Amino acid sequence: MGIKLIVLVVIVLAVIAVAQIMRVYELSSKLKGHREEDVDLKANNLNAGLFLVFLAVFFGSFFWMLAVYGNGLNPPAASEHGQDVDWLFNINWAIVFTVFLSTNFLLFFFAYKYSYNPDRKAFYFPHDNKLEMIWTIIPAAALAVIIILGLMTWNSITGKPSDDAVIVEIYAKQFDFTARYSGDDNKLGYADYKLVNGTNPLGVITEENIETRLAEIDETIENNQTKLDAFHSDTGEVTMSAVTELKLQREIEKMGRIRMRIEKMQRSFTEDSVNIFDYANDDFMTKITLFMVKDQEYQFVFRSQDVIHSAYFPHFRAQMNCVPGMRTTLKFKPIFTTQEMKEMTGNPDFEYILLCNKICGASHYNMNMPVYVGTQEEFDAWVDGENNVTPIIAPATEETTNNSVEEGNEEAGADESESNTDDSENGPEA
Amino acid sequence: MAATAAHGHHHKESFITKYIFSQDHKMIGKQFLVTAIIMAVVAVILSVLFRIQLGWPGESNSALSFFLGDKWAPGGVLDRGMYLGLVTIHGTIMVFFVLTGGLSGTFSNILIPLQCGARDMASGLLNMISYWLFFISSCLMLYGLFVETGPAGGGWTVYPPLSIYEEATPSSGTGMTIWLLSMTIFVASSLLGSLNYIVTVLNMRTKGMKMTRLPLTIWAFFITAVIGVLSFPVLVSCVVLMLMDRTLGTSFYINDAIEGGEILEQSGGSPLLFEHLFWFLGHPEVYIVLLPALGLTSEIVSTNSRKPIFGYRAMIGSILAIAFLSFIVWGHHMFITGMNPFLGGVFVFTTLLIAIPSAVKAFNYITTLWKGNIKYTPAMLFSVGLVSSFITGGVTGIILADSALDIAVHDTYFVVAHFHVVMGLSAIFGMFAGVYHWFPKMYGRMMNSRMGMVHFWLTLVSAYGVFFPMHFVGIGGAPRRYYDYSVYETFDVNQFEMIMDLNVVISIFAIIGAIAQAIFIFNFFYSARRGPIAVQNPWKGNTLEWTAPVEHIHGNWPGEVPEVFRWPYDYSKPGMEEDFCPQTVPLMEGEEEH
Repeated sequence: MGIKLIVLVVIVLAVIAVAQIMRVYELSSKLKGHREEDVDLKANNLNAGLFLVFLAVFFGSFFWMLAVYGNGLNPPAASEHGQDVDWLFNINWAIVFTVFLSTNFLLFFFAYKYSYNPDRKAFYFPHDNKLEMIWTIIPAAALAVIIILGLMTWNSITGKPSDDAVIVEIYAKQFDFTARYSGDDNKLGYADYKLVNGTNPLGVITEENIETRLAEIDETIENNQTKLDAFHSDTGEVTMSAVTELKLQREIEKMGRIRMRIEKMQRSFTEDSVNIFDYANDDFMTKITLFMVKDQEYQFVFRSQDVIHSAYFPHFRAQMNCVPGMRTTLKFKPIFTTQEMKEMTGNPDFEYILLCNKICGASHYNMNMPVYVGTQEEFDAWVDGENNVTPIIAPATEETTNNSVEEGNEEAGADESESNTDDSENGPEA
Repeated sequence: MAATAAHGHHHKESFITKYIFSQDHKMIGKQFLVTAIIMAVVAVILSVLFRIQLGWPGESNSALSFFLGDKWAPGGVLDRGMYLGLVTIHGTIMVFFVLTGGLSGTFSNILIPLQCGARDMASGLLNMISYWLFFISSCLMLYGLFVETGPAGGGWTVYPPLSIYEEATPSSGTGMTIWLLSMTIFVASSLLGSLNYIVTVLNMRTKGMKMTRLPLTIWAFFITAVIGVLSFPVLVSCVVLMLMDRTLGTSFYINDAIEGGEILEQSGGSPLLFEHLFWFLGHPEVYIVLLPALGLTSEIVSTNSRKPIFGYRAMIGSILAIAFLSFIVWGHHMFITGMNPFLGGVFVFTTLLIAIPSAVKAFNYITTLWKGNIKYTPAMLFSVGLVSSFITGGVTGIILADSALDIAVHDTYFVVAHFHVVMGLSAIFGMFAGVYHWFPKMYGRMMNSRMGMVHFWLTLVSAYGVFFPMHFVGIGGAPRRYYDYSVYETFDVNQFEMIMDLNVVISIFAIIGAIAQAIFIFNFFYSARRGPIAVQNPWKGNTLEWTAPVEHIHGNWPGEVPEVFRWPYDYSKPGMEEDFCPQTVPLMEGEEEH
């Protein structure tokens, strides 16, 4: 409290002091016959000169920062399309810097040069069609170049992935990412948010998962019902507010409806001739690292559990939002391994990263996932490594963890010959 | 008209009808200005608070504990949730309350009747209601800072589902409800104001004031009002649908989500719908903020260069082109939301087209300075600053409008730098310029020009000092709305060091810039009461407001409203004695208009 009071007193005193100085200044101006709106040539020239000084400092610091921090110390683009993006950046920078430097120069130079002079009259120059035409056409032509090059790059970035692109799902929730690899069949098992629970964090649809989830819902309903019944039985032992009672009642009804929706989904699956549950058999997931193989194109499918997140791969010049209730996609092909990047940047600690780039709550700044790019052999070893990945289908026995994943792959892979990415991306309820 | 003039003199106004529930456009304009200044002070303090965290993350700071107390800054370290709350409310206040309500509300109100030659706004009552709704929504927005769960913290764009469910983040509870209510009332205020401006400009111009004789200020206010009327209602629907999702269990913006571990039944909606609706307002909003500032600058640059504004008709054409294009570019905020890439391509095209009229405007300003005779009043200094920030911020827009490049820098500090320079700085410079230039008209007194100069130079240097380094932070990929950048330590130490270094520089400039505004605040309030008495036409301007008496009278002019014979930019016209020629002076024999 004491400090606050002192701060307040100091501010008040400072204001009073400045007001007194103002008063003195005004009285002296009055004595000199100077009016506030009159042009004070000295001050006017000072301001004009300051514009020139500012121009020099402004441009000086711009070039200095460009030399020290140019490109934000970004390492070279580590993806195939990222190289195109960087090339496009450079072309755009050339245009942007030219405009920025030349127009700011003219502005501040004119501001300096044409400072007020009582002996001169300004040049009456209301318009000039030719000049105006020139500075409409030149920007238009420059923009045409920017637009055409930009759209060509954009189309190649967002175009269809090649047939051998590996499909990986990135599942975002507050505040982490999970990667799900589609396994040997290169098809992701369907998923539905209604099935998400402790043992099935991505909500992947399998017969077993549906049964577990239904049982879990039944249990929840039963528990709530028991609580309600205990209250209604008039034994006087259970006390409950009307709000809690209503909440329990509602919860029971809601879970009942969700249960019905799951059952409906279940029916639609079993009627289907193809056993699509198999897609999930060889899927495996990880939260530890997003491991990618060099020179392999990846088709990412993004989902979110709760709010909008954004999967941002700064080093690959790639980004896509993860929107709840929607599947978004993005493809890219890493072209440098982490090891190669460490050598290129001369930074032995360098790692790739996946950052969340859409505000998603208080821990937004802490939501990320390490990314590693290696060779195929490294990847295989990593998959086999202990605790790196978790298969979606829980293995029958613990010893056969890795084997069961691979067996599942072969079975499922045999069924599917067509390579359709779209089908496997659409959820059953979409 | 004559009846109104007579009406002006005989009824005494009480304190309440003159100063509080006034229907006089000049008083309402001043009310908007003072409210906006108070809101701006709050928003600037908020920004300093979060800049302290970004510059010196995790360090205990007495300013933080002074303003936020133990709850939101335990031990003098900013709470993570409150950080987002500060960012959100800073953005909302600046964009809507200072640069929309404050800028348009102040200058459209003061200048439209005075420069068109009208006795008052078309409807004084609606105008008064417009201000008081603005006042209520301002109070609500500030009240939101004090609720228990914290102010709305989903960013000023309040994307759902984050901002719908308390389960997703605590600040989406009461704080968010208040935010939504405040914005709804704000839009009502803005619409009433805009309708009034449009009607007044179209119907109440004095004799001889053709549309092509209107000052560019009025053109800018007029088109701004048109944009506002066409886009703000979309924000209302957007906000009301969100209120329904929050309270009635509808699912306009929700599909298959689990919030805070609780499964939601809502499905069938889309968060993207919100984004489309929000940015359908959100992008025109940029021009609602920017155009009035450009309009004010056009007038000030011309007057103080003692030269006609170059390319008057091209300027009007650019304003119209920008206004039209502003409605078909909103998708550039959504390139990476999963929107169809082809649609993204269309938005790339339309967005980059805006660069053409913008370039024309910038070149025209520069040409106006060329061979001028420039008087550096504080207003003129800020106008030159505006042109610089308009160019500097505008060119980075080319990068962001290009979807292939946007994918690499979307939602990074590059975006923050871009829109702060092009929209924030330009608009606030324009607003400062307007206040310095029309202060004699508003308060009948002069502001101190020396203080104005110091204010300008400190502001210009600190503004660029804040936002220029941000471009480098952003191009390096640093995401916005991060509480701190410690994650960089885990993968790239070089970039981490750059971000830490530049953040300190940025924060220092932010604090200098904020303190420099105290000079303006002092100058403003001191001069309003004690400044030297102004003369009728201190800047030797041509427009009609300088023919009105210094003393404010109801109805603006004693006797007849002056007739207009020429455009407002006859400065230094050859064959004339003086270097200005008010619009009320009839054309000389054989004189061409322009």
